[in-house]
Amino acid sequence: MTDTAWIDAALTSARPQAVGALLRYFRNLDTAEEAYQNACLRALKSWPQNGPPRDPAAWLIMVGRNVAIDDIRRSKKQEALPDDEAISDLDDAEEQLAERLDGSHYRDDILRLLFICCHPDLPATQQIALALRIVSGLTVKQIARAFLVSEAAMEQRITRAKARVADADVPFETPGAVERSERLTSVAAMIYLIFNEGYSASGDTAEIRSPLCEEAIRLARLLLRLFQSEPEIMGLTALLLIQHARAPARFDADGAVILLDDQDRSLWNKSLIAEGLALIDKAMRHRRSGPYQVQAAIAALHARAEKPEDTDWTQIDLLYGALEIMQPSPVVTLNRAVAVSKVRGPQAGLDMIEPLAQRLSNYFHFFGVRGAFLMQLGRNDEARTAFDRAIALANTSAEAAHIRMHLDRLQRDSQPRGKKAGK
Amino acid sequence: MLYAILCYHDEDTVGSWTKEQDAAVMQKLTVVQDKLTKQGRLGPVARLLPTTAATTLRKEDPPLVLDGPFAETKEQLLGFYVVDCKNLDEALDVARDLGKANPGGAYEIRPVGHFTPGGVKP
Repeated sequence: MTDTAWIDAALTSARPQAVGALLRYFRNLDTAEEAYQNACLRALKSWPQNGPPRDPAAWLIMVGRNVAIDDIRRSKKQEALPDDEAISDLDDAEEQLAERLDGSHYRDDILRLLFICCHPDLPATQQIALALRIVSGLTVKQIARAFLVSEAAMEQRITRAKARVADADVPFETPGAVERSERLTSVAAMIYLIFNEGYSASGDTAEIRSPLCEEAIRLARLLLRLFQSEPEIMGLTALLLIQHARAPARFDADGAVILLDDQDRSLWNKSLIAEGLALIDKAMRHRRSGPYQVQAAIAALHARAEKPEDTDWTQIDLLYGALEIMQPSPVVTLNRAVAVSKVRGPQAGLDMIEPLAQRLSNYFHFFGVRGAFLMQLGRNDEARTAFDRAIALANTSAEAAHIRMHLDRLQRDSQPRGKKAGK
Repeated sequence: MLYAILCYHDEDTVGSWTKEQDAAVMQKLTVVQDKLTKQGRLGPVARLLPTTAATTLRKEDPPLVLDGPFAETKEQLLGFYVVDCKNLDEALDVARDLGKANPGGAYEIRPVGHFTPGGVKP
């Protein structure tokens, strides 16, 4: 690897920690970001000559902070007399900061930085864009490309989100246990959103958008390193790893979706699956189940099946049953019905989804699944009606873009007609 | 004498490599390994999954199971090689070759006391 490539990787990996610490210090996102950028510029000059520092993040925090304080001093000098008091304060602050560099502050710094991006006033797309810009340090151009919008539109979106966050009152004190746990939940949800943004890509855009999946995994691993004993963060990371492991098999050469049953399982990334399974094992020991762990366990059962017919549908049915209790939703029930139909036949599946008809009347997958059950029961006319409805919804609904792995299987059953419709 | 070459690196940095960068490093390491294999000097080689996948058993009574790696350090143990070398100088030469292919971090070179090749197949 060349020097510059190494420096890039070091800057990327140090970014959340450095920006998080600078934010704690300056309590202003723009100042923190600018300080970090200035530190990076100096790193690009200094590191190739002097060699990389042993702790790049600490280096960037120190340098970024000093440059920003120099700037503040200079602008103050232009405005008024030098502020001796401020200068003498700085020495103390420096010592204090150095002391904190090794402390557990980092953990809360990074969590706070991520949490700021999850402000409840921000729509999901803005949360994600902001996190990718501020925490991951992707350029506006890179983010715009991944979101398939123009650079100007993305610039505007991020500026707006930043303005809104700037007004938000995020406490800078070290959070208490309850607050920390709430922040962790919001941040986990946002990382999942980032992943889905990449995962829900269609075949022709999958390559452009897959960096979103990789970034989400990087953030999930980061979060897990900070909170090593949180089973739900293990579950989240495992879920993302196992889903992403299938990426090389999910689309054919023309960019058409290949459904789970038809995927070449030898293309699945075994190392990512192994890591995911290891994390599930670890999470289970805590005996504190949660939605991410259950979803990861379902993904793991698919990943463990060498052939589609080896899939343990009984266990998947039970897991969806657990998920229904934790997160009741007609979509979860719909997924469960597929597992039920594999174990007890299509009539049992159909009985399970009938009560959902009203709530899912605009949901593509509902009609796809319903059509498949009806077809298996030989009720072909009714099946055709359901498929027609599914196709209409799939072609018009943006929701179809958010299909997840465990729904691929449902799609397969409606695929013969889906293909004719030019999907 | 067998030497274990233990690979330490900042995991965050390694995790920030792009797929292409990672593949390029692995490719360069393969070249070094192939040379050693031809000389019949290369034993087991392992690249470990991230420390987030690690669990530690503290041998207290009763033993205590903890999430995460044994030590919280700036650089983490990410893998190891076992190489047959005449002496420390030769082992250092191997480590230097590996280091050229994969800069950053550190190698700890440890003579092996007892070695069982084992028969496990990946």
